[in-house]
Order: sequence, then structure tokens, then C-alpha cells
Amino acid sequence: MEKLTFKFETNRAAAGSLKQALIGVVASGNLEVLLERTENPGDCTIEIATAAHGFGEVWEAVLADFVSRRAAGGLRISINDGGARPDTVSLRLAQAVRMIEESLA
Amino acid sequence: MSSWYEASARQRIEALTDSNSFEEFIGPEDREISPHLSLFDLPEQFDDGIVVGRAKLAGKPVLVAAQEGRFMGGAFGEVHGAKLTGLLRAARKLHWPVLILFDTGGVRLQEANAGEIAIAEIMREVVLARSETIPVIGLIGGRSGCFGGGGLIAGCCSTLVISEQGRLSVTGPEVIETNRGAEEFDSKDRALVWRVTGGKHRYLIGVADIFVEDSGDAFRQAALEALSRPATLDILVLEHEQQRLERRLKRFGGIQEPRDIWLALGVTRPETVPALSTDAFLSQGGAKREHANDAR
Amino acid sequence: MTLDEILASLFPAGHQVATSTAILSGHASLPPIGKVHVLGVHGRNYLGVDDAVVLSRQVVEILTSGDGQPILLLIDSASQRMSRRDELLGLSDYLAHLAKTLILAGQRGHRVIALLYGGSAAGAFIATALAADTLVALPGAHPEVMDLPSMARVTKLPIAVLEEKAKATPIFAPGLDNLAQTGAVLETWSPDKPLDGQLLALLAQPPAAAHRAALGAERRGRPKAKAIADRIVELAGAGA
Repeated sequence: MEKLTFKFETNRAAAGSLKQALIGVVASGNLEVLLERTENPGDCTIEIATAAHGFGEVWEAVLADFVSRRAAGGLRISINDGGARPDTVSLRLAQAVRMIEESLA
Repeated sequence: MSSWYEASARQRIEALTDSNSFEEFIGPEDREISPHLSLFDLPEQFDDGIVVGRAKLAGKPVLVAAQEGRFMGGAFGEVHGAKLTGLLRAARKLHWPVLILFDTGGVRLQEANAGEIAIAEIMREVVLARSETIPVIGLIGGRSGCFGGGGLIAGCCSTLVISEQGRLSVTGPEVIETNRGAEEFDSKDRALVWRVTGGKHRYLIGVADIFVEDSGDAFRQAALEALSRPATLDILVLEHEQQRLERRLKRFGGIQEPRDIWLALGVTRPETVPALSTDAFLSQGGAKREHANDAR
Repeated sequence: MTLDEILASLFPAGHQVATSTAILSGHASLPPIGKVHVLGVHGRNYLGVDDAVVLSRQVVEILTSGDGQPILLLIDSASQRMSRRDELLGLSDYLAHLAKTLILAGQRGHRVIALLYGGSAAGAFIATALAADTLVALPGAHPEVMDLPSMARVTKLPIAVLEEKAKATPIFAPGLDNLAQTGAVLETWSPDKPLDGQLLALLAQPPAAAHRAALGAERRGRPKAKAIADRIVELAGAGA
């Protein structure tokens, strides 16, 4: 398994008061995303475990895009990847943030 | 939630139990993953494919376990199995009923020995719980069915609820075919698979006790009903079950095709059974079916 | 050891154990314990509905008698019978029922000892050997969940790869050592010493099945099972 870690600075903290959220399932072409709140609203850390080696740059691009579009500060995001495509990853991240903000999942 | 079959383990728990009553034990934030999957370069899931905890069902406290059939086929690994073993032990301490939402292909091959032993440990705990008259209710209707060791655990439950989509067997059709050929079991014949292992047949032959629609509401109502059924396991119950199983063999042991069993049960036009709606099936089959009569 | 040699060594004074095509049943005397009920599967036979129901009938009768005498399971089986007919008839019920009778017997004053002397696999293993309160084996016994060639087919990994991985962990591959390390098999008996003595010594020890997870942790075969189950019990008890 390849383990990747990214940290992004952000000036927008995730809203809502839910302490954590979980979305998705580790199945082929899918992934699970666990969101937990951290003490530091100024950054977003993302840890990924994936069996598909060598896609670090693709992950970085997808995650950078996600952080630029959503308020993701103050979150620790942990991903178990079942070989999902980038658009599925983006979808799950968006769903997860909506969930932790307690708005429609 | 519309379809139980399509739902995730967590969605099923939400549909089954009272609103906001579920409290998870060893949730994903604890990251108690399988210590064995990395050897096979397989991805882990934070809850190892089973969600366990306590909740309320119509205000009554219950313990719940729901398998996630889409992670490793809902199969039993070391951690997955241990969560259910622990839950059943807790049931005896608290004297609370247990609801097991099966969705499993059986033992996880990459952790085969741990999974196999877990199945045996779980069965032992179910017997212990039921010896203290604690209901252990199995709900079957997920995508991965209830196969292998899962089927054996189901056979220990005090009440089994199944939907048309649910499947229950020990050896899966593909494995029977691999070992004995397509003549013995054409696993690609989906209609045959459901006639042999599916919810309607299991209900008619008395392997399952309550037959429901593929919905959260239906499973919830059935679980509630099951809570009030006898759950004791003792020598008398086993004696009755022994007689029932001997009788089943006597009655149907010479038959190879499920429709012929249904015919023998007195179901008119057995070939129409698969297409019957839930209500039509229950009114037709309800009177004719083999009942376990709590001898299980 | 053959089945006859095993029976002779267990019961030097003789026995009344009869075999049918696939199963065996009867009793013998083990001084000073007295009567020992003997049941089992022999000849590496598959365990299907027809034999499972006969075995469970024996256990139900023992339970009803309430004699409290030990039950000895002698096991040399294949897996459960893999057939359309067995599944059609509800094999899960028959195997679960057999397991229930054995487990309940263990709860109702009978020691239930399984001696694995040959093979045992999958559903048959769970319904017999693992349903005993204590499982021991003779060298050469071969417990498994699934044989490696089948596992290779299902996992789509070459056999050589599985064999290599099996060197690193006892968690999945067949074999007595692996099932011992994971806590299922308590001990391996010596074929060179009288078996009756070894059985008596075992009966003097408490049942082992309740401690399989602890044993698995101790022997490092199953590092997490006990801790996880214990934690669930703890969490459930807290604030309930």
C-alpha cells in the first residue's frame, strides 16, 4: 500500500459543529473518507492509503482543487482508497464536507 | 432509504433503529483496521467492514451489528469477527437483544483461519446468549447475501428475517459449480440461484421465519416482531429442531428442484412463485410453508 | 495412526464404536471416568445434511439422557458436502444445529473433546471440531478453511505467491501449526504415548474453547481478536 500525506494551508474553516463524518466504502472504484476536526483551522491535512502506486501527483492535483473550492480548514481527512477515479474522489470529498457541515449529504 | 439491498451498513442501521439512537463501539476514528490485508496489498477500511454498537428499537435498548457487504464482500476477518464476538458477550452482560444485519460472503480468505475461528466463537456466543433467553435476530437482504460461515451463524439465531433479495447458503453456487460442474449447479442461472438460496425458498422451507419487502421499514417492523418471539435455546428446543430437521429430510430429501418442494408443500403453480409480489407470496405461501415454530 | 489404532489406544479395554459410510458413533469406557460417548466423521468424507442429522440426533439423545459423560469427537473429514441438494434442503440449518447441540452439551455438564486425526475443512470444521469445548490433534492432521489451489483460484494469486506469504503469517494457510498458532488447536498429542493417558490428562484441564482468543494472542497468531472483543464488552458496559 502506498501512503501519501498532504497538508494545505487554507483561510476557510469547515462550518458546522459535527466532530466527524464518514462517507463511502472501500470497494473497487470507490473510497472511504473520514473527516475529523483539528485544532488548527488554518490548514487541512489529508492522509491517503492506496493500493495504486505512483499517482501522487494526481492526488495532489485533485486535493489542491478540492481545498481551493471548499472550506476545508480545521480538518484531518483520512482516505482508504479502493482504486477510485479522480472524479469519484472529488465527489466523496464534497459529500464528506457537506456531511460534517450538517448540510444535505 | 428505499432499498435495503442497495443500502450501506450504516444506512441500514439508521433505517432500522430509532432516530439518533445509535452509538457506535470502536468507530472508524479508532482506525482498528485489519493487521493482515497489507500483506496482500489490499486496502483497509477503518471499521473493517462491520459497524457495531447500541441503539433503541421502539424505545427498547438493543445491540446492533451491520456488515458492509461491499468491503471485501462483507467477509469475516480477525477484527471484523472480534467486534461481533464482543458484542454478543456484551449482550449477556446487559441482557439486551442483538440484531445481526448479515451481508457476507463468509470467511475472508486472506485471514481465513482467523475468520473461521471467529465464526465458531460467534456461534458459541450466540448459543450462550440464547441459553439466557436473549434474542439474537438475523436480518438477511444485502448484496453479498449470507454465505459460508455467515450462514452457520444465521442457523444459530433465534429468528431469521429475509427479503426476496436475500440469499442464504453454506457453499456458494460458484464454488459448487467449480467443484462439481455446471450440471450440479449452473451458478450463472440466476433464477436457479434464487430458487435454491433465495429468500422465498428459505421462507417456504422454514430456514427463515419472517419474509419482508426490500425496505428499511419492513425490516424494522420484522425486527420488532422478532423481539417478542421465544428465543431460548435449551435441550427441548434442540429436540424439537432435531425432529423438524429429520422431518424435512424425510419429506423433501429426494427432491432436486426447488419448485418440486413448493409443489409438495401444496403451493399451486410453483413456477409463479418468483414473480409474486410480497403480499401475494405471503398470502399464498404463508399457509403452506414449513414453520420452524421456534424450534430453532 | 488409523482410526482403529486410535480407538485401540484410547480404549485399551475395548469399545463399542461402529462406523457407517462416513460417520462413527458409539461409546467406550475410559477408567476411571467411565463411559465416553464417541462420535465423528472418518475417511475424509464430506459432511452433508444426511450425516449431520444423524450425528446431531446422537448428541440430542446424550443431552436428553443428562448423563454428564464426556463426548469425544474423532474427526477426519473433508469440508461440508458441496451439492445443490444439500443447499436446497438448508445445509446451514443442519450444520448449525449440530454445532448447537455440541456447544450446548458443553454448557450442560458434558466435556466435549474433539481429536482431529485427519482432515477437516470449512463448514464441517466449524460444525464439529470447532464446536467442541477443546480441540486437540494428532501429528499429520490437516485442518483448513480452503486448500491453497482453490484459494489461489479465488484470490487470483499464483499458488507460489500464496505459499510465500504463508511463510510470513499463520493467518490464512491450511495446516495444524497455523490453527494452533491462531488458538484453535490447544495441543498436538504424541502418537508414541498411550492416547488414553493423554485424554485423561486433557479432561483434567478446564475447557479451552472460551480462551481461543487469548491463546491466539499469546501465540501471536491472532494479535487483535481478544483485545477488540474485550474493548467492545467494556464500551458496551460503560454508561449502559
